[in-house]
Amino acid sequence: MQWFMTFRIALRALARNKLRAFLTMLGIIIGVGAVIAMVAIGEGAKATIRAQIASLGTNVLIVLPGSNVQGGVRFGSGAVRTLVDDDAKAIARELPSVSFASPLVRRQEQVIAGNLNWGTLVQGVGPEIQQIRDWDVADGRFLHEGDVDSAAKVAVIGETVARQLFGYDTPTDAVIRIRNIPFRIVGVLARKGQSSQGTDQDDTVMIPYTTMQKRLMRITWVHTILVKAVSAERVEEAEEQITTLLRQRHRIGPERDDDFNVRNLSDIAEAASTTARVMGILLGSVASISLLVGGIGIMNIMLVSVTERTREIGIRMAVGARSRDIMLQFLVEAVVMAATGGLIGILLGIGSSELLKKWAQWPTLIDPAIVAVAFLFSGAVGVFFGFYPAQKAANLDPIEALRYE
Amino acid sequence: MSELIRVLDLHKTYRMGDVEVPALRGINLKIDRGEFVAVMGASGSGKSTFMNILGCLDRPSSGRYFLEDAEVGSLSADQWAYIRNKRIGFVFQGFNLLARTTALENVELPMMYNGFSSRERHARALEVLGLVGLGDRLDHTPNRLSGGQQQRVAIARALVNRPSLILADEPTGNLDSTTSKEIMILFERLNTDQGMTIILVTHEHDIAEHARRQIAFKDGVVISDSSNRAWAGAVR
Repeated sequence: MQWFMTFRIALRALARNKLRAFLTMLGIIIGVGAVIAMVAIGEGAKATIRAQIASLGTNVLIVLPGSNVQGGVRFGSGAVRTLVDDDAKAIARELPSVSFASPLVRRQEQVIAGNLNWGTLVQGVGPEIQQIRDWDVADGRFLHEGDVDSAAKVAVIGETVARQLFGYDTPTDAVIRIRNIPFRIVGVLARKGQSSQGTDQDDTVMIPYTTMQKRLMRITWVHTILVKAVSAERVEEAEEQITTLLRQRHRIGPERDDDFNVRNLSDIAEAASTTARVMGILLGSVASISLLVGGIGIMNIMLVSVTERTREIGIRMAVGARSRDIMLQFLVEAVVMAATGGLIGILLGIGSSELLKKWAQWPTLIDPAIVAVAFLFSGAVGVFFGFYPAQKAANLDPIEALRYE
Repeated sequence: MSELIRVLDLHKTYRMGDVEVPALRGINLKIDRGEFVAVMGASGSGKSTFMNILGCLDRPSSGRYFLEDAEVGSLSADQWAYIRNKRIGFVFQGFNLLARTTALENVELPMMYNGFSSRERHARALEVLGLVGLGDRLDHTPNRLSGGQQQRVAIARALVNRPSLILADEPTGNLDSTTSKEIMILFERLNTDQGMTIILVTHEHDIAEHARRQIAFKDGVVISDSSNRAWAGAVR
């Protein structure tokens, strides 16, 4: 019997019992839809985390001031002034596992350009911050060594600040004022987007840390030192070396606590992406189980259908259908049901993940490979769960089948 | 006339748990092309078992069955399906038409399993439906046809692959006497005009009267085999 005819017979058999066929397909529809939507959510989360990790810069370590005991009072981090720019220079100069280090001083300030003003994060940095945080310059140049040495009144601004203060004008060489001190803009940073905490990384102004210390804040210490290790493998080595070096420089005896903290960003990033991966696998497997349940539903209905149509099978055998013709007929019926369900499920899955993206702002991501796999899998579910009922039909004894009431 | 069927010492025994029930106990018969045979007997006489074996639906326990000079009793299930499709047309007591399927499609059904194009199927189905006297109501499903019309559709289905043999198992059992007579006259016509070989199973004597040869079964053996002297043909 030709394939086309088998296919037509299957479609007609299903059309005779539309509601039942639909309810049977529903299991597959929900299963495939769930797989597609869940994997899309997982992939979206992974992609977001990957982007955030990239925006932090790779192999980055952060040195923060730690607690400090002065006269019996323990001061928390931030309130202490243990880090200085020479620490940063020493880290970069003396440690082989470190490629760059930069001090960081920061404060929220009001920035004025002409008649506009904008509150933003002003960061005093060294030129190395460009390599550490992977900043690109969209226009002009970044800060350089000379700016830091001379405590120059120059600034590079983030994309958000440029848009707020200058609109569509070119900000390069324009002047902004921070606490009444004029700064010449030497460059505009390329866009980076949101950080993992949801803050706008482009809403910033960067000036030499020396300028920040002397002219804006009148301090001698720094808030943070950012360090880039030479490679991912040497991040931990760098962490240990920084600790040893800073304990030496700060003259901390063996029985006393560090007055600083070294934090490893790749650890955080790795934990986050592991979480996303585990979540993805979990969601995917829960959805796969529902697909399996859908398959069992198909098997159930096909078994009922074989029993109901025993007489039809007998008639077909009497007029010359071979076992394999009967087998094929029921198998095709099961596969048509599963594949149709799979197709509708794919549309449902894509639709719902798009809705999640639109209404719930979840960063879902549809992987075409997953769509193809889900479709093939639903077809395979049809073959697998249709096989036993089809075989049962094909093995019927024609005499018994013809007598069946 | 040439030989169509020969059975030699056919036995069939069913097992019901531990008890062996003999259904056929040594049948020897020869049926030629163009014969119209009535197989008679009470229920349990073995006539249905004999028909199932002739129809390649059941295997004999022992003995040999030749159809068109070829031994078919020992063929595979697929080869049997081919013989049922090409050489044998079945007519049943309960019509056995596919429900919710039109008369025309029911007649086309046997051709679905031997690779005819849809145009050929259609043409041949129309031809045999004309032959059995059903020119219209072709798009009606069985539940909208009378018993006589349903049996005509079933006969058309039996004829459509031009078989060498028609096996009719109590074809009038579900019909009233007037319709029964119409159907039997149709069988007679097919036999005399088309030269179709027909083997008919019945327990009613007036139905068996339409056949030219009458074979009586009792307890699994043939007790009489005679030509029907009263046979007058389809002109009655």
